[in-house]
Amino acid sequence: MSEFQNIQEEQKAEEKEYTTLNLGPTHPATHGIFQNVLQMDGEIIRDAVPTIGYIHRAFEKLAERRPYAQITVLTDRLNYCSSPINNMGWEMTVEKLLNVKLPKRVEHMRVVIMELARIADHIICNSVVGVDTGALTGFTYIFQWREKIYEIFEDICGARLTTNIGRIGGFERQWPDKVWAKIDDFLKKFPKILKEFESLLMRNRIFMDRTIGAGPIKPERALEYGFTGPNLRAAGLDYDVRVTNPYSSYEDFKFDIPIGKEGDVYDRFMVREHEMWQSLSIIEQAMKMIDRKEPVFHADVPDFFLPPKEKVYNDMEALIYHFKIVMGEMDIPVGNVYHAVEGGNGELGFYLESDGGRTPYRLHFRRPCFIYYQAYPELIKGSMLSDAILTMSSMNVIAGELDA
Amino acid sequence: MAVLTPEQTMALHDEVLAALKGKFGEGILSSSCEYDFPVFVVDKDIMHDVLVFVKETPSLNYHFLTTMCAMNYPEKTGNEFAMMYQLHNMPENKRIRFKTFIPEQKLEIATITDIWPAANWMERQEYDFFGVNFIGHPNLIRILNMEDITFFPMRKDFALEDPTRDDKNDSMFGR
Repeated sequence: MSEFQNIQEEQKAEEKEYTTLNLGPTHPATHGIFQNVLQMDGEIIRDAVPTIGYIHRAFEKLAERRPYAQITVLTDRLNYCSSPINNMGWEMTVEKLLNVKLPKRVEHMRVVIMELARIADHIICNSVVGVDTGALTGFTYIFQWREKIYEIFEDICGARLTTNIGRIGGFERQWPDKVWAKIDDFLKKFPKILKEFESLLMRNRIFMDRTIGAGPIKPERALEYGFTGPNLRAAGLDYDVRVTNPYSSYEDFKFDIPIGKEGDVYDRFMVREHEMWQSLSIIEQAMKMIDRKEPVFHADVPDFFLPPKEKVYNDMEALIYHFKIVMGEMDIPVGNVYHAVEGGNGELGFYLESDGGRTPYRLHFRRPCFIYYQAYPELIKGSMLSDAILTMSSMNVIAGELDA
Repeated sequence: MAVLTPEQTMALHDEVLAALKGKFGEGILSSSCEYDFPVFVVDKDIMHDVLVFVKETPSLNYHFLTTMCAMNYPEKTGNEFAMMYQLHNMPENKRIRFKTFIPEQKLEIATITDIWPAANWMERQEYDFFGVNFIGHPNLIRILNMEDITFFPMRKDFALEDPTRDDKNDSMFGR
């Protein structure tokens, strides 16, 4: 009898009791509304169940009731750290549907804006990785330069974060002179700042010890989980939509695709860091290609691009067009089109079904965050809680894009 | 290669169609080219097998699930719902799209989570919004909406505006 009791107790001892820990929904370390119910064994994570949808705003449904031009503002709010990329991705989707060809100058101007947005996005992600390892200085320092980028956006479109920049067919107006001056200034001064930021973290022993080996993923697994963008490249695969399916004349530019090896936090950080340098180089090349005095800032699509205001007030035809465009009464071709751009987080795709009506029949956003955040439990299993926080910020999961 | 030319799209379409017809014959209902995408409409019962086939066949190698989504066409009787799958062969940079129609009476289709783990949340999303039942899905619960809602909001019969208001109907400006 006593022997039997001993066996029973041994079995009981092997059954571990895990502590359930609610990380989020509003935890300061998760930078957004993310909930993860963790099963903890001491400080080791054994299981995680993410809950998402806290800021779901039904964009796909809303888009079915909005004329094409009004959907741009919805895309702002996907990845709000780099909204110009989303805006232009959507505009390019419609242009693809309409078979509109843009002048080279406009395409290059778009590239400048999209690459500035990418830098802003990567600044946020990388500096926040720094914050989560305990280095607040880099964050406060480099954020001034994100501010400079937002000033450039502001001078072009009037808004900073949710930009609604550009129109179907080009830009809303000619860029003012101060924009060119500000971009020149940014190109001149930012490399030095970025170097300083890098020297703060890149070869910092504490930072390296914290990040190398944290939250790694193998390339095969990353593909199965639908990773794209910097996170996939950090795992060692050189997939970049700008190269494989160039849009907006990306084929005119020479740039490298940085890739990592281990797919861990450090590699993701390094890939984003190098991408910022590549983006700077792309902007420099684009600035050389653009003729600043040329008055072209949109394609010749009178059916979709609003006529100038003076004309609307003085010209009957222009007034009619203005009204028709605003009310979405133009002829839209019937067809299904998919267009993808390389967003801050990966392949941002727009699948648009048009039945010829004034609004999309069906619009589906391929949101990179939503797809790769599924891998998060697998990435953090067996690691410490502090590594989980770090892994999340290095994956650059943006709540707006996650929840659409 | 910025965007595939119509000829290139057609060539890709013919290449994949030949392979699919050889294996599935009548199961491939129709095919076409939509902009730079070859699109294959497939019988829903073999959808899963087709996706396994194009993924595992080395000459096709569509190994990456780009995206998938459901659609609702209330006026197509017997084919009220549809699923769209978009695959990518990254080494050769080829993209294809599959579409399959599902009747509203039997709104179910085999899950593809066994082929791509990435499909897990995508299928949950389409279940959440359209009510498509993915047979064999490990955890088919709502993902973005709250769990106790009783409707599927992306269906066309779910009004975005308050349906009792007559100043917000479609008679003025269409949809």
